[in-house]
Amino acid sequence: MFRKNMPGFLKKPGKMTDTNLLTTITIVVFVVMYLCAIIFLKEGFLKPQTMLNLISTNSYLIILACGMSIVMINGGIDISVGGVTALVAMCCAVHIENNGGSFFTAVLIGLGIGLAFGVVQGFLVAYLDIQPFIVTLAGMFFARGMTTIVNKDPINVYNESFMAIKDTKITVPLLGTTNKKGIYVPATIEIGVIIALVIVAVLFFMLKWTKTGRSFYAVGGNKQSAMMLGINVKRTTFISHVLCGLLAGIGGIVYFMHIGSGSPAHASGAEMSAIASSIIGGTMLTGGVGNIIGTLFGVLSLALIQSIVSSVGLDKAWWTGITIAAMLCIFLIIQSIIIARRKKANKAAGGT
Amino acid sequence: MPNKMPSPPKTSFWARLFSHQIVIPIAALLILAIFNLISDPTFFRIVFKENSSGNKVLSGNLISIIDNGSELAILAIGMTLVTAASGGQDISVGAAIAIAGSAMLRILCGGSSSPTELQSPIILAFIVGVLVAMFFGAFNGVLVAFFKIQPMVATLILFTAGRSIASWINNGELPNVPGKEFTYFGSYIPGVPVPTPFLIAIACFIVIFLVMKFTNLRLYVQSVGINEKTARLNGLNPELIKLMSFVILGICVAVAALIKVSRISSINYSVIAKDIEMDAILAVALGGNALSGGKFSIGASVLGAYVIQFLTTTLYKLEVSAVALPAYKAVVVIILVVMSAPTVREKLSRLGKKLRSGKTGAESAKA
Repeated sequence: MFRKNMPGFLKKPGKMTDTNLLTTITIVVFVVMYLCAIIFLKEGFLKPQTMLNLISTNSYLIILACGMSIVMINGGIDISVGGVTALVAMCCAVHIENNGGSFFTAVLIGLGIGLAFGVVQGFLVAYLDIQPFIVTLAGMFFARGMTTIVNKDPINVYNESFMAIKDTKITVPLLGTTNKKGIYVPATIEIGVIIALVIVAVLFFMLKWTKTGRSFYAVGGNKQSAMMLGINVKRTTFISHVLCGLLAGIGGIVYFMHIGSGSPAHASGAEMSAIASSIIGGTMLTGGVGNIIGTLFGVLSLALIQSIVSSVGLDKAWWTGITIAAMLCIFLIIQSIIIARRKKANKAAGGT
Repeated sequence: MPNKMPSPPKTSFWARLFSHQIVIPIAALLILAIFNLISDPTFFRIVFKENSSGNKVLSGNLISIIDNGSELAILAIGMTLVTAASGGQDISVGAAIAIAGSAMLRILCGGSSSPTELQSPIILAFIVGVLVAMFFGAFNGVLVAFFKIQPMVATLILFTAGRSIASWINNGELPNVPGKEFTYFGSYIPGVPVPTPFLIAIACFIVIFLVMKFTNLRLYVQSVGINEKTARLNGLNPELIKLMSFVILGICVAVAALIKVSRISSINYSVIAKDIEMDAILAVALGGNALSGGKFSIGASVLGAYVIQFLTTTLYKLEVSAVALPAYKAVVVIILVVMSAPTVREKLSRLGKKLRSGKTGAESAKA
């Protein structure tokens, strides 16, 4: 199960690994969807800004989904990330608005909360052998409950220095457009996007070229074999949860920077969106298969389909849920067919 | 997975009692009961009161527990079967309740938002609700059994879409069911002092008990859950049994949906049965069932469901606000799972043995 994780284009297409095949499918689907959107719904989607807005709004989800992917590659799951995001956003808001703290300390608080969740959950999952679903379910309950204990009502932050950070827009060169009046409008992104992309890059390299990153795949693929290879399975599982918790903390900070308020209702369902994007991005729930680039495109596909649905005119709230579920369903069935075929091929080849 | 291992031979009555899984919910129940008795002796008082519609009914904390915990108990029946057969949990039950409830309201109100009289008999609406819930249960079941997708992930699809589908069925409207008959399922039938949801839950439990008694369902589900390959070699069809467990859960969902919508004679798509899937899974875990499948006890799960409601009511009594409830629940859950984790248990028993052997060693040294 421990497959070599070479970039797809270096190999013959027939010999693609599961990871690369699923990632390729995701990227192709995303590109096709975007082209269709440009062809059929010209106005908005032709502008680069639309795409950049898509990333800006979902930068926190990219970070959460990255953490989720790591845990899922390792064979586990973490459903507390949405709750942690809400808790971090709320704590940052209370810290800055009510206690007059600085943004820097708020960031430290956010990281600390994320790390604490990761360490506790990782310990329970890795060293006490408790099912990750149950542990992180309790984590979600706890985070959501704590959010309301910290502050019951939504709280908006009006602190000036924070607003300055929140409204900072970074101009992307070469992607600006000229509007109808002939004025050049530069294309902009938020700071969160940079953070998200840096995290994606770092994790991509980590999963590919570091020992820890590779052992996630090994443990997720087959625990017994990983143990025989001399990998510390428990520590690897622990690290995966700690990383996921930490990323949930960073995700919470980015979310807070985007939305500028704290509320118990924030990021509701974010854990499920993160799981869905990871799956769409080609991470398999059975573990051992997945790719951070795929996850990135998974989040973008999810966001794109939402904006397509709303601009096609299916603006009734329920269509978003139904289309995402349909997409998830299709991807899951594709995955299951791929696994089944591979098993058959292995059997035919006389393998295990 | 303590349940999968053959239990070591134990002779003493107490040892046998403690090895039974039902001891976990009973112990939790006892702890809660004693705690309540100490903090508020009047907690257990049950009085005869006249309710708003003029019926003489029982009321009190205990009654409210068995009343409000009933949907959860009914769901726990189906969830136990799904857990045992597939080794995974269905996280779409809350969404499925919204769908089934919405379908019932659609039939009852005939599409208009506030009709003056019932558009069709309640039994017809209930049957449609059951069929709809069974269909969605079968959808989950097919994904799990035939496409071999992990149950939690397969049901994630319906979890995402469920509430959207529910509001789509009624075109986004919140229909109000006219008349009193429909409210009986969620409150009291005139002349009966016991809340109807509890009666329905008991009826469900008796039905499933008889099914277990007179069919091989229990044996089949357990053998599929313990080892799918062996079950197949013994002539069982694991796919069919998994599918069946999801369909049975669908029926439970429909019954719970009937109670839920009857309580308010209407529906709120985003709020109805919110987070109930988590509570239902918790009930199964509290009942001492292995979440990885295999041996199960439905009675323990049902008891677990009422324990959760007991805990909720207790926390309310302590003036914990409804929104902060999950945090306290989480702490209880973590304590429970840590205590029942195999590694922790092993360590504890080893510690116990060490102490005992140390004692006997000391005694023999004395002698």
